[in-house]
Amino acid sequence: MKALDHKLLRDLVLLKGQVLTIALVVACGIASYVTLHSAYDSLIYSRDAYYEHNRFPDAFVHLERAPKPLAKRLELLPGVASIETRIQETALVPVKTMDRAATGILVSLPDEGTSQLSRLHLTRGRLPDETRSDEVVVLDAFAEAHQLQLGDSLEVILNSSLRKFRVVGVAMSPEFVMTLPPGGMSYDPKRVVVLWLRERVLASAFQLEGAFNDVQFNLEPGVDPKQALRSIDRALEPYGGLGAVTREKQASNYMLSGELTQLESMATVVPAIFLFVAAFLLNVVLSRLIALQRSQIATLKAVGYDDRAIGLHYLELVSVVVLLGALGGVGLGAWLGDAMTGMYTGQYFRFPEPEFRLEARVVVFSLVVSLVSAVIGAASSVWAVVRLPPAEAMRPPAPARYQFGFLNRIVGSRLISVGGRMVARELLRRPLRAALSAIGVAFSIGIVVVAGFWFDAIDNLLNVQFHQAMREDLNVTLMKPAPERAVRELGHLPGVRFAEGYRNISVRFSAGHHTRDGALVGMPARPELRHVVERDGATKSVPSEGVLLSKELARRLDVQVGDEIWVELREGDRSTQRVAVSGLVDDAFGLQGYMHQSALAAWLGETPSVNMAALRIDPLRRGEVLERLNDYPGVLAVGAPSDFREQFEAQSGEIMYVYTFIMAAFASVIAIGVVYNGARVSLSQRSRDLASLRVLGFTRAEIAGVLFGELAVHMVLAIPLGIWFGNVLAVGLMSTMDPEIYRLPIVLSTRTYAFAVSVAIGSGLISALLVRRKLDKLDLIGVLKTRE
Amino acid sequence: MERTIGERVLWTQRVTKTYVMGEVQVHALRGVDFTLHAGELVVLLGQSGSGKSTLLNILGGLDGPTEGEVFYLGHDMSHVASRELTTYRRENVGFVFQFYNLIPSLTALENVALVTDISAEPLDPLDALDLVGLKERADHFPAQLSGGEQQRVAIARAVAKQPQVLLCDEPTGALDFETGIRVLSVIDRVNRELGTTTAVITHNAPVAALADRVVTLVDGRVDSDVTNTERKSPEVIRW
Repeated sequence: MKALDHKLLRDLVLLKGQVLTIALVVACGIASYVTLHSAYDSLIYSRDAYYEHNRFPDAFVHLERAPKPLAKRLELLPGVASIETRIQETALVPVKTMDRAATGILVSLPDEGTSQLSRLHLTRGRLPDETRSDEVVVLDAFAEAHQLQLGDSLEVILNSSLRKFRVVGVAMSPEFVMTLPPGGMSYDPKRVVVLWLRERVLASAFQLEGAFNDVQFNLEPGVDPKQALRSIDRALEPYGGLGAVTREKQASNYMLSGELTQLESMATVVPAIFLFVAAFLLNVVLSRLIALQRSQIATLKAVGYDDRAIGLHYLELVSVVVLLGALGGVGLGAWLGDAMTGMYTGQYFRFPEPEFRLEARVVVFSLVVSLVSAVIGAASSVWAVVRLPPAEAMRPPAPARYQFGFLNRIVGSRLISVGGRMVARELLRRPLRAALSAIGVAFSIGIVVVAGFWFDAIDNLLNVQFHQAMREDLNVTLMKPAPERAVRELGHLPGVRFAEGYRNISVRFSAGHHTRDGALVGMPARPELRHVVERDGATKSVPSEGVLLSKELARRLDVQVGDEIWVELREGDRSTQRVAVSGLVDDAFGLQGYMHQSALAAWLGETPSVNMAALRIDPLRRGEVLERLNDYPGVLAVGAPSDFREQFEAQSGEIMYVYTFIMAAFASVIAIGVVYNGARVSLSQRSRDLASLRVLGFTRAEIAGVLFGELAVHMVLAIPLGIWFGNVLAVGLMSTMDPEIYRLPIVLSTRTYAFAVSVAIGSGLISALLVRRKLDKLDLIGVLKTRE
Repeated sequence: MERTIGERVLWTQRVTKTYVMGEVQVHALRGVDFTLHAGELVVLLGQSGSGKSTLLNILGGLDGPTEGEVFYLGHDMSHVASRELTTYRRENVGFVFQFYNLIPSLTALENVALVTDISAEPLDPLDALDLVGLKERADHFPAQLSGGEQQRVAIARAVAKQPQVLLCDEPTGALDFETGIRVLSVIDRVNRELGTTTAVITHNAPVAALADRVVTLVDGRVDSDVTNTERKSPEVIRW
């Protein structure tokens, strides 16, 4: 081994504190990248394998009723490869573990064998017996949420009559990876159940013998899906077809894709932030490390090493450090990625065989990125030292220049202690270093702030929703629009104090060549329970004429107040009408238009009707009300505003807590990386000054004060900067969300700021303690004797 | 042993050097003509600030002159690229510094090997340590050696490449008297046995007695250049 290699190894050992803290920063950056990317890759892979293996179809359509022989004609449509017809209906499913009934989606299985498309993956049990009428297969997420066992009986209100079924199987299906209750805001396995029954059982319950009302299609490879859908829609128009959709718009897949897209943008933005911060820190820390070796570099030059050899030597040093970090990061990332994939597939995305995958390109990218940032980080400082003539580099750096500027005159005042003056002068002399350290710590504060942002944003959203927008105790979704008197009837149920009805219609908005699918909501003239609310909580009243549009929708359609838009109904006669935009509302999610109920009815040419109702009830009679609602004809779902919060806490909540914890841990590593390395470098550069002070009679605590005073100032500078940076990151992270779905306001709580700042200060204290040990061991005589 | 003083090896012509230190200009050298002949040992004498270290740095290619020329075996070294200066240092010059400048993370032997790794015809590092009487301390780190021992390692490191020229900047400056004498003996021995052309800087006038020639610098100018009639052995020097 060459002498220079010996030096490399020994320096690594000697600098182990710094090596470790820098490697950890790199490891955190790489780990965040590997975690999120491997989880994303794994989920995509598992989903695709699932879809492929269980034959998730290309297109879907629901209709009112069509005779079975029509199936043959559908099969012959251009672009259609294969089809499967079936019956799909909804029903209420009362369960003992919940105070109100779940919404059931009933799906038929062929009378013999199993379906060819959207095949079930049985996790337990078997399919219903072909000869029996009382057996069902239950969606596994629901079975798990309610701890249903094989053999348990399940009550279902089938077309207004209560029927008992026996659970014989528990299954997953690619069509129902995620389920959304009617009128609900998020995935909710507790309140939605999918039940598979033999076709003849469903047909007889819903008077659909010899008919079907749902079709799944596989399309020929290479055909234009739009054209195929058009011919399907034409063929089904006489049968009440509701418009065919491709996979993209299939409910479960739509939600799943949305979640995965969200994860993908997180997997891009979050690691980018971490890697940027790591590269920045590497630059700061390595340049200080190399500055400390100034005289050694000069010696190497003096004895005849050329710039290239010296440059390579230092690049090797930093490469070893970052590679250590990168490898650690890949390992940590793979472990966390596996855990994260498990959390997602365990509680969120139900895949039959989730498989963790760490792609080679993720590993290679990690190593390359860390090496490149190491080289960039070290190159400038190596170059700065190598460029000096050796004679100059070997002299101790020229005595510090302290100028008697205005600030120094203030510093010089007698009011400040000698230690304080030393701190202040050092800061004034090296403002860039102070700035870089402060920026480094600010990054870590910002990262914790942005981790807490999710909680704050969701909290804020929920508060606005519950205290302003949705003031009801319970809400009821009806299967079909009903006349307004249905609301009065609900209002007269024992225990109900007040009821208010709304009309909610799926529509397609268009203006010029812009088109968006959304909802049109008919509101009472003076709503009591539900209000149209802006993101900041302000209530917006619905104009008596025209439509009040979500601001985001108006932006997408490129229209303003006073413009006219086209609205096509996605149900009933599917007619298209024109309406004027009479106002805009900056609401927090979805794309919708609001109208006065009466105006909407007049516009639709129908008598005022409702398909949703909000109820205020006597809290003591809640059970009684719910029982009545379960038996109430035409009810599709009964919900409560608290469902969303409960659901969020139960599912995203856990992932969010883990995520926040990891972010906070990473941020601490970054803060320690900056503060510890900064303190070590200061200590090396100023050990003579500090030892001199000790010789002059200063105590250890006093010289520690001189050294750490500087760090404390860096911290103080970092706090406002970090808070600002956290806000910038929150805006950046928000931009990864699809604004057509969510538009969370950038609201951050004092609690989040306080937590972020305390993580940074805690990290600073830990670093100070580590360095303090070195400081206490300062060799007074030795330091004063040697030149550096 | 009969010694012969040979041809000019290294010399300067009207060399000046000006530093800018903060807001002041320092004229370290103000037109210096200086020559080293093959095989001789020259002592450069001068008060601190007289410019002797600056001159030595320029002779060794550690720094360039502001004006004037430096020649090594007839080649003008004052206007060459830093790459050639590196080659010049690597192949022809050995340095010994007042503060030793050993690499703290390398043992005595490795510090010597640092140079032999990149030299064309080096001595064996262990032989070089033997030459300075430190063969037994080969595996010690600088921190485990006394100042004098560190300086002897530095000398071993400087001579291991078998340089044409050995330049020593206050080699005894940080050492006590007795240790200083030992270090000087080593330099004297290298000069006599290996015939290495040597320049030693000191502010310590008695050291001049062991030189073939003594050049005194005052305020950046050559004040005197005296050839000693007799070269004394380091052991008889006192200060």
